[in-house]
Amino acid sequence: MTISIRSVEKQYGRYPALNKVGLEIADGELLALLGPSGSGKTTLLRVIAGLEFPEGGQVLFNDQDVTFASAAARRVGFVFQQYALFKHMTVARNVAFGLDVRKGKDKPSKAEITARVDELLKLVELDGLGGRYPSQLSGGQRQRVALSRALAVSPSVLLLDEPFGALDATVRKSLRRELRRIHDATGVTTIFVTHDQEEALELADRVAVLNAGQIEQVGTPDEVHDNPASPFVCGFVGEANRFDGVVSGGQFTAGPVVLAAPGARDGPSIAYVRPHDFLLDESGFEARIERVAPQGPLAHVEAVLADGRRIEVTVARDDAPRFAGLVKLSSRRSHVFAA
Amino acid sequence: MARARHPTQDPLWAKLIVITLVMVFLGLVLVLPLAAVFAEALRKGVDVALAAISTPDALASVQLTLITAAITVPFNAVFGLCAAWAIAKHEFPGKALLITLIDLPFSVSPVVAGLIYVLVFGMQGWFGERLVDHDIKIIFAVPGIVLATIFVTFPFIARELIPLMQEQGTSEEEAAVSMGASGLYTFWRVTAPNVRWGLLYGVLLCNARAMGEFGAVSVVSGHIRGLTNTMPLHVEILYNEYDFVAAFAVAALLCLLAVVTLVLKAALEIAQPAVRGRGH
Repeated sequence: MTISIRSVEKQYGRYPALNKVGLEIADGELLALLGPSGSGKTTLLRVIAGLEFPEGGQVLFNDQDVTFASAAARRVGFVFQQYALFKHMTVARNVAFGLDVRKGKDKPSKAEITARVDELLKLVELDGLGGRYPSQLSGGQRQRVALSRALAVSPSVLLLDEPFGALDATVRKSLRRELRRIHDATGVTTIFVTHDQEEALELADRVAVLNAGQIEQVGTPDEVHDNPASPFVCGFVGEANRFDGVVSGGQFTAGPVVLAAPGARDGPSIAYVRPHDFLLDESGFEARIERVAPQGPLAHVEAVLADGRRIEVTVARDDAPRFAGLVKLSSRRSHVFAA
Repeated sequence: MARARHPTQDPLWAKLIVITLVMVFLGLVLVLPLAAVFAEALRKGVDVALAAISTPDALASVQLTLITAAITVPFNAVFGLCAAWAIAKHEFPGKALLITLIDLPFSVSPVVAGLIYVLVFGMQGWFGERLVDHDIKIIFAVPGIVLATIFVTFPFIARELIPLMQEQGTSEEEAAVSMGASGLYTFWRVTAPNVRWGLLYGVLLCNARAMGEFGAVSVVSGHIRGLTNTMPLHVEILYNEYDFVAAFAVAALLCLLAVVTLVLKAALEIAQPAVRGRGH
């Protein structure tokens, strides 16, 4: 199922939640909608699901206009952040719900429904728990039930709203891999919303970065991280040190910091340097190391420049001893945008 | 060595004082009068009390009270469910006004509520002549009593359900709809089961009030013995006639009905801890 979103607009009161958003999603793709809260990512997901209707623009499923079709008619599977499981039904009845509501010829037989439920619970590794109630499950298990419930109707597209937001870090990590595995096993086009850039980069085939109701950049995790299209993407995806300065003749200057900026236009500019893109360089600018905090194979270094501004540097742990006292740094890569 | 206590717990003497205060207050204001009702009723023996509540007029008042509750409670249950569903799960213009209107009976004196119906349906009222022409009696008849009781009790169930439904949000309904469930199916299979305990609780509260309502009913009833007297009104008449034993016997019966309601409510709370602490 390919999905096309064409200049979709949606407002809440006077505040635009989506401002002429366009996006193409390929069949079988796993796409992340990444952005801070209030960026419109959940609204966009709900518009795709048919839980909200846009004020302008179109939503197409396989070239068919579904802008104002109901959620049911679109055959979407939707997973809510707070699970939204039916509390008074067992896990098995929850998963069977989408099949139970069907009428007449479309409704599978009891045996077929039972078999489908068993198969889905096995897929999410919850076999044997069909008789439990949601309140008897852990958060991670509840989200797996929600996932299998959404998959039960064989949806044309699977939509997940901050699916791991309410879970603790370990469960989140394992469930992330599981979503990837389930996506690869079923091949269903999947879109998930997240504000966690690490999650988006790790899980998705492509990432759409949203800010203030607009898409700032769409690309593979590598593209978005390594070649950010805007200052916002650079600051939001991955860590970055920000410098406000001036470009002149292909060189960016902000106080003591001098960075190569080939091709950048002259004038006031903003430069971003990722913490791991700093290196020791005798021809670089001076920095005084304040603190070195080892973390696993890496070490996070806090440094103060000659004019008092602070930067963060990430280095391999083995190199950490060389960062002490006064050092000289330069950057191997930077991102410069006109201010 | 001091005994370990929980950091957020008050010392024993403070707890004892507070608990004693509450118990003494409850005893004086609630338990003592209730006991007095039963004592007065049984002062001349069980036979006299039983005789007092089996007179035709007393039995008629019991019957009228039960009929009134039997009409009022289902009506308000349906209305309360609809209103709560509309308010908690949907956005529409005039929502704030509707919430205020639902609270109106709580803020208006029941006597005023009764007078409103007299003004509208009474002999000198807006529809008075037309009703007389068609030989329809509302005021000083059963329909008036039922209307007045519905008015006074209609916030009970709606007020019980609105916060409950609001707290539950709409994501379960959205999930159901996204899987192809119709609005009605969603309501019966998802919304209603989630509020069934709250609904039952509201029904009990509404029932207790419907049986006990005095002010509004008193205005519209006309106090015709054996015809338009509910139990509370019958108690008043007997009391005003200095027939204390009979008055207290009927009052005791009314208390018993209330106690049954409260026992049911307590049983519900034990069965379903989630409804505990709700109510008015």
